[in-house]
Amino acid sequence: MTPLLELQGLTRRYSGLVAVDAVDMQVMPGGVHAVIGPNGAGKTTLFNLISGLVPPSAGAIALAGQDVTRLAPDRRAALGLGRTFQNIRIFSGMTVLENALTGLHARLGAGLLPTVLRLPRFKAEERGAVVRARAALDLVGLAAKADWRAGALSYGDQRRLEIARAMAPEPRLLLLDEPAAGMNPAETEGLATLVRSLRGSTTVLLVEHDMGFVMDISDRVTVLNFGKLIFEGMPAQVRAEPAVIEAYLGHKVAARLAAGAKAGVRGAG
Amino acid sequence: MLAQQLVNGVLLGATYALFALGFTLMFGVLRVINLTYGFYFSAGALVALWLARSLGWPVWAALPAAAVASGVLAVVLDWVLLTRLRRIQAPELSSLMVTLGGVLALYSALTSWLGPDIRRLPPEAISAEAFQVGDIRITAAQLLILAATAVLVGGLLLLMRGTRLGLAIRAMAEKPDAAQLMGINTGQAAALVSFISGCLAGAGGVLIGLNFNAIHPYMGEQMMLRGFVVIIVGGLGDIRGALLAGLALGVIEVLTAGFVSSSLKEAVAFLILVAVLWTRPSGLFGRAVMRRA
Amino acid sequence: MPPWLDDFLWTYQNLVHALGINGLLALSMYVVLAVGQLSLGQAAFMGLGAYSSALMTLKLKLPFLLVLPLSAVVPVAFALAIGVPTLRLSGVYLAIATIGLGEVLRAVYLNVDLFGGALGLSGIPERGEAWMIYGLLALAVLALWLVGRSGIGRAMEAMREDETAAQVMGVPVGRYKMGALLASAVLAGLAGCLSAHVSSFIGPNEYGFEPAVTILSYVLLGGIGTPLAPVLGAWVLTLLPELLRGFSDIRLVLNGVIIVLAVLFLPGGLLGMRMKRRAA
Repeated sequence: MTPLLELQGLTRRYSGLVAVDAVDMQVMPGGVHAVIGPNGAGKTTLFNLISGLVPPSAGAIALAGQDVTRLAPDRRAALGLGRTFQNIRIFSGMTVLENALTGLHARLGAGLLPTVLRLPRFKAEERGAVVRARAALDLVGLAAKADWRAGALSYGDQRRLEIARAMAPEPRLLLLDEPAAGMNPAETEGLATLVRSLRGSTTVLLVEHDMGFVMDISDRVTVLNFGKLIFEGMPAQVRAEPAVIEAYLGHKVAARLAAGAKAGVRGAG
Repeated sequence: MLAQQLVNGVLLGATYALFALGFTLMFGVLRVINLTYGFYFSAGALVALWLARSLGWPVWAALPAAAVASGVLAVVLDWVLLTRLRRIQAPELSSLMVTLGGVLALYSALTSWLGPDIRRLPPEAISAEAFQVGDIRITAAQLLILAATAVLVGGLLLLMRGTRLGLAIRAMAEKPDAAQLMGINTGQAAALVSFISGCLAGAGGVLIGLNFNAIHPYMGEQMMLRGFVVIIVGGLGDIRGALLAGLALGVIEVLTAGFVSSSLKEAVAFLILVAVLWTRPSGLFGRAVMRRA
Repeated sequence: MPPWLDDFLWTYQNLVHALGINGLLALSMYVVLAVGQLSLGQAAFMGLGAYSSALMTLKLKLPFLLVLPLSAVVPVAFALAIGVPTLRLSGVYLAIATIGLGEVLRAVYLNVDLFGGALGLSGIPERGEAWMIYGLLALAVLALWLVGRSGIGRAMEAMREDETAAQVMGVPVGRYKMGALLASAVLAGLAGCLSAHVSSFIGPNEYGFEPAVTILSYVLLGGIGTPLAPVLGAWVLTLLPELLRGFSDIRLVLNGVIIVLAVLFLPGGLLGMRMKRRAA
């Protein structure tokens, strides 16, 4: 089976710093795949590379077998890549429905002339777009607020709107950048339910700090540290992996835990 | 002939560099393309003119006085126009627009008040002597230009590299938030940068007015294109770049006027700008300001 | 036409023309601001349209039917020369390059004999008519309104708010920015041609810094909520000096102050920044 997303030796250097270091990664279609790592591990840079907002210093990116390394972000959207942002970037001056409609832009083929002349093709597309946008709003539970000004929504609802906007074109791969950031436990639970409901419609790749959230909904977890991929596996495996513990808690704690485990004593909590 | 042209070019370039320095300093530190900058240039020249005409001051006294006056004007205007925008962290195009509007109002008001006529510094203001070095003839005015530019540029570099204040300014240019957390009074530092830029512009105005023997309210605006070219070619925010690019532009302009065609002289700056935008927008030393992701 | 209307139009001919032309120029600025860009090249593009069309009529003796569309060619060429390299750079570069364009062209018009130097070009036959100006204006307003209420219009508004997010949603920001700049050049160029052919004389000082900033003030006053808004802004600022005689001297000062006040306090202009769309 062709991986939906394949990163080969993906590297991003800034003068004096390697943010992403020769990462090889594959995301198979279906399910939820999480990327975790301590602060500064390069997770958001990785997302920016995949979206095309930042050019790689080396390496390649392929989406469903097609090389997209040099492709502009809007072209990647047309190929079925969707994304939300860590600090919510909805269009606050536009209505909720309009936000969802902008997500469909890549699917609207009518050019300038059909638009200005209001040809049937244009009208049909607009109608179809509204239907799909409303469906996306329905999915996240914002259908009732379709005519609200997006800036007036609560934080949690804005997060949902961002997801609706990204989901409207039915992307093949959806990148969620810290979707649970700033949410209380109740909202996080609601979000988890939402993400679970997306299974089947799309493949999700998410970056997140909330471990509970990650372990709860992911099928597969990739761990980054200092830009390098240090482990990849099932959620349960990740918890016990020494390299991961070391990355998060430091060398000494990891050593102590390992020693404690050897001596048959439960390690310090 | 060539040698004389080169000398003239270097002197012209020195004034361009001086003008561009304040401009690039403002951008580098305050992250603002401040179009009122050209106004300080005109203001400096006009203040010097008044000092020379009405009070009989010689140029070498009027120059620093006019520079200081421009500096003060800069602090006041920048405070009026830009403080609010800085507070709400407005996009850089907003500060460009507000200074655009501001400068239009200022130039028009000044022209209404003084009239658009070209004035000259009174002949008593500077000695008409000229010195001959081989084939080259340098006037006292040109020597003043050279000396003033050297002093101002040297002073600026000394300030930036050799003093704590300069360090504070450079810190602010890199990371304003961190600088503030370190205890640097960014408001004061910003005002100081405005003051220095205004001084540089004002001094440049006096010197150009002297060099071409023509002073009028809109002269700053005519310099702006050259200012843009110099700071883009030199690299936005880079002092060495502004210096080198300014000198180069002056020389190229004079040589073009002398050997190709004088009507093409005006187009030279713009052609260089377009060429640089196409080939190396970051300029000699800068990093091009790409769209932020 | 009733004689009183005839008389009225004759007396106020220049004003009527100016309102139409300034409306077109305001639209030329609007289209660029609508995608979140700042270009100050409208006056320069107008000058290029004016001078090139005047020369086509005077020296090449081309019929006006040809001259009008051809007047957009030179402005578009310059728009490409500046627009293409600045596309990937921060918006500041486009603003700077277009400010400089007007100035350098003015110097060229002054110094090159072909353009008549300081005296400009005169004796341009009055082939342009008010109905052409207003017809073009109406068409432009309509077209821009139709575009505004469509997916492209939404994309443009998205670009204004957050260009990066818009791009990730699939909006081809580069293409739209370039398109807006070219549309701006076409509108301004045509305005220049029509202006030259109704006033029979053009000079080098009409297309420089002050007109460029004035055009900005039209749009900042009117707002960019609908295409009609900047046109109304242009009409107010064109009529004001006429109605209040004393204003002519400080007209420019007023324009400048308007810009300052608009940017600092009234980011929406008089009529607001948003286009009201039916959620159709």
